[in-house]
Amino acid sequence: MTKERDDQNPTNDGLSIEEQKKKAAAEAKAKALELAKQRKAEKEAANPEPASEPELTKEELKKKAAAEAKAKALELAKQRKAEKEAANSEPASEPELTKEELKKKAAAEAKAKALELAKQRMAEKEAANSEPASEPELTKEELKKKAAAEAKAKALELAKQRMAEKEADAASTPDSSLEETDDLAKQKALAAAKAKAAAAAKAKAAAAAKAKMLRDAGESDTTETAEAGEDEKAKAAAKAKAAAAAKAKAAAAAKAKALRDAGGGEAAETAGAGDDEKAKAIAAAKAKAAAAAKARAAANAKNAAEEPAEPEKPSPNQPFLDTYVKVIKEQLGPHVLEDAYINKLSKDVPTLVAKPESYYKIADLLKHNEALHFDYLSEMHGTDFETHFEVYNHFYSYENRQSVALKVKIDRNSATTHSITPLWEGANWPERETYDLLGIIFEGHPNLTRIMMPDDWVGHPLRKDYEPHDVEV
Amino acid sequence: MIRTEEMLLNVGPQHPSTHGVFRIVLKIDGETIIEATPVIGYLHRGTEKLAENLQYTQIIPYTDRMDYLAAMTNNYVICHAVETMMNLEIPERAEFLRVIVMELGRIASHLVWFGTYLLDIGAMSPFLYAFREREAIINMLNEICGARLTFNYMRVGGVKWDAPEGWIEKVRDFIPYMREELAGYHDLVTGNEIFLNRVKGIGYYSKEEALNFSLSGANLRCTGTQWDLRKDEPYSIYSRFDFDVPVFHTGDAWARYQCRMQEIEESLKILEQAVEQFPEEGPVMAKVPRIIKPPKGEAFVRIESPRGEIGCYIASEGKKEPYRLKFRRPSFYNLQILPKLLVGENISNLITILGGIDIVLGEVDG
Repeated sequence: MTKERDDQNPTNDGLSIEEQKKKAAAEAKAKALELAKQRKAEKEAANPEPASEPELTKEELKKKAAAEAKAKALELAKQRKAEKEAANSEPASEPELTKEELKKKAAAEAKAKALELAKQRMAEKEAANSEPASEPELTKEELKKKAAAEAKAKALELAKQRMAEKEADAASTPDSSLEETDDLAKQKALAAAKAKAAAAAKAKAAAAAKAKMLRDAGESDTTETAEAGEDEKAKAAAKAKAAAAAKAKAAAAAKAKALRDAGGGEAAETAGAGDDEKAKAIAAAKAKAAAAAKARAAANAKNAAEEPAEPEKPSPNQPFLDTYVKVIKEQLGPHVLEDAYINKLSKDVPTLVAKPESYYKIADLLKHNEALHFDYLSEMHGTDFETHFEVYNHFYSYENRQSVALKVKIDRNSATTHSITPLWEGANWPERETYDLLGIIFEGHPNLTRIMMPDDWVGHPLRKDYEPHDVEV
Repeated sequence: MIRTEEMLLNVGPQHPSTHGVFRIVLKIDGETIIEATPVIGYLHRGTEKLAENLQYTQIIPYTDRMDYLAAMTNNYVICHAVETMMNLEIPERAEFLRVIVMELGRIASHLVWFGTYLLDIGAMSPFLYAFREREAIINMLNEICGARLTFNYMRVGGVKWDAPEGWIEKVRDFIPYMREELAGYHDLVTGNEIFLNRVKGIGYYSKEEALNFSLSGANLRCTGTQWDLRKDEPYSIYSRFDFDVPVFHTGDAWARYQCRMQEIEESLKILEQAVEQFPEEGPVMAKVPRIIKPPKGEAFVRIESPRGEIGCYIASEGKKEPYRLKFRRPSFYNLQILPKLLVGENISNLITILGGIDIVLGEVDG
């Protein structure tokens, strides 16, 4: 806002003529939008398949949810109520608006209009393409609204079918960890909700809640009580599943609330739906319990099979590691290594941890000993583990076609170690990089200067306690 | 008697022949380089620091921006590292798609190198041909993932998109076309007297030096070292394909040129087999948790990028972000030998030698 304009309208509640104009325009737009929404709702009522939109902002979703609520409602009473709610929520957002707010609002409305068009197009597409597109991630809140609006429109049979499919899925992957099950279930729940099977999600949520309730109350299914010792396990799994369905549950809760709010006129209907849900829930809970039992049995079998097998499978690289350790101990004495192990996560690479004082000696031996002859430095870097620094080297021997990792732990307060650049020229820049980003000093390095950051940079960025000191940042 | 004196010459960081923002400070005596000091870091974006606050899937787009001429291999290396840690099994169709896009990327990368290298040393037309063919590849990659350079195509557990209809056929049709064009390149460039004079015997190093300086890729294979991670430490499904690793023994820019040109042919061979064996259907994503949490521990994996050995080190605390992420960037390691190669050379060979190493500055600076 320019100073001049301020001067012209010093008394008009801080609003210039222009702003007032804008406000009026915005209001007009809002009204137009309201009409458009109604028209849209009518259209949607005719077309039960709701459109799925890619990339919607929260705000847009809210608006959409409101619009769909109208369309999706099967009863006129509900529709009226939804309209009332929508109407109530609309003017609430129009108290005194600053210029910026007005702008935002106008922009939002413009978006909403664009959205309307997009929706229509999408709906047309949807009609042709029965396979619904999966939507981008929606937040919990958005899901709640959407699910609440759509829930009613969904067929009971579809829900049941989906539940069955899900349970089959869950049963087919019994060896996944608890956490994975959790995540997968979450994914599934999300996917279902997104694919507009909100009813399915609801049923699942109800089922999960029901299952949990049953268990908590001690009214466990026969399959669960079969093994008293395993009951806890089953409970935990079921709880995890229940938690996984949290989002869907929330949606169901939102719906229930909406129904309650709607008042006594709908009480009978609610009860009916509740019965349906109960029946569904019982069926689903049983299926779930069966799946859990299956999973448990499979897991047990797997454990039983694996436990004795585990120690019988040493890494194919174990002999190499033994050789390295043997040579190093023969040549340099028994106390130069802190640790030596096979790193199973890293393609079974033999890993040596040198004591700080013997790091260079071991590196030297690794390169020059005829039995080892690691002539290639593949990788060299450092890590700040907060309690200490660690330098990690990956060597390769082209003669023996073997890899080895050599690590050394360095005291964080006097971060100094010996440079291995005299052994492998290739360590030159990586050591400079490590010095630059972590502040580890490599003694004997020919030119230990910064390489990534400017020479006058303060601090070492990859340290975990790094605070930027740059005045420009 | 001509009197010469030492002179300091600054090349870059905005010199076109440096293929990015690379600066080199030369001390020259007449036209002879007596000292060369590379200065890098102009494109340092702190990918590794940023990654410490990102989830694994969110890091993948950052890898596109390291080696932006072969982003598919960069995508793959981080996915491969996480998959190795989590011991994931990848659906076959996804592995095939990965191999196909990586090999297409390798060809595209070598084509850029071929074109710009020739441009650097004074031949204009090969550049135009090379970029025409590269455009065909870029269009195919664009079709499968919606981006021309920064693909963001791979995910932990598979790939983001399945091949659109007819895409595999396009790749199949591309193979003979590319072979024909490649023959044209050889007619145009490989036997050219001027070109041979510019590259033969230039930028020589021995096998021992190459190993000592941690060189990789064509820079290593030009010295007679038979080494290709696709062959020697097979990852993905490379062990299923029959291909050769071109090796040359002269250790000069000429050997590196031949190496890369033959690598295009070998990539075409792999593509041919991959397209032939491509599974009719199947998922392109493994069943992975929505939030990816590799187990606590560390892993280092390395694969063969067009520029050499690209590696990825992950230290995980079992959280959804890596505790430490480090990329072994081949261009960074390969560039180290440059000051050594330049000493005693005529200044006109600077570009021949630098270009021969095939660096990408996004990768050098991380």
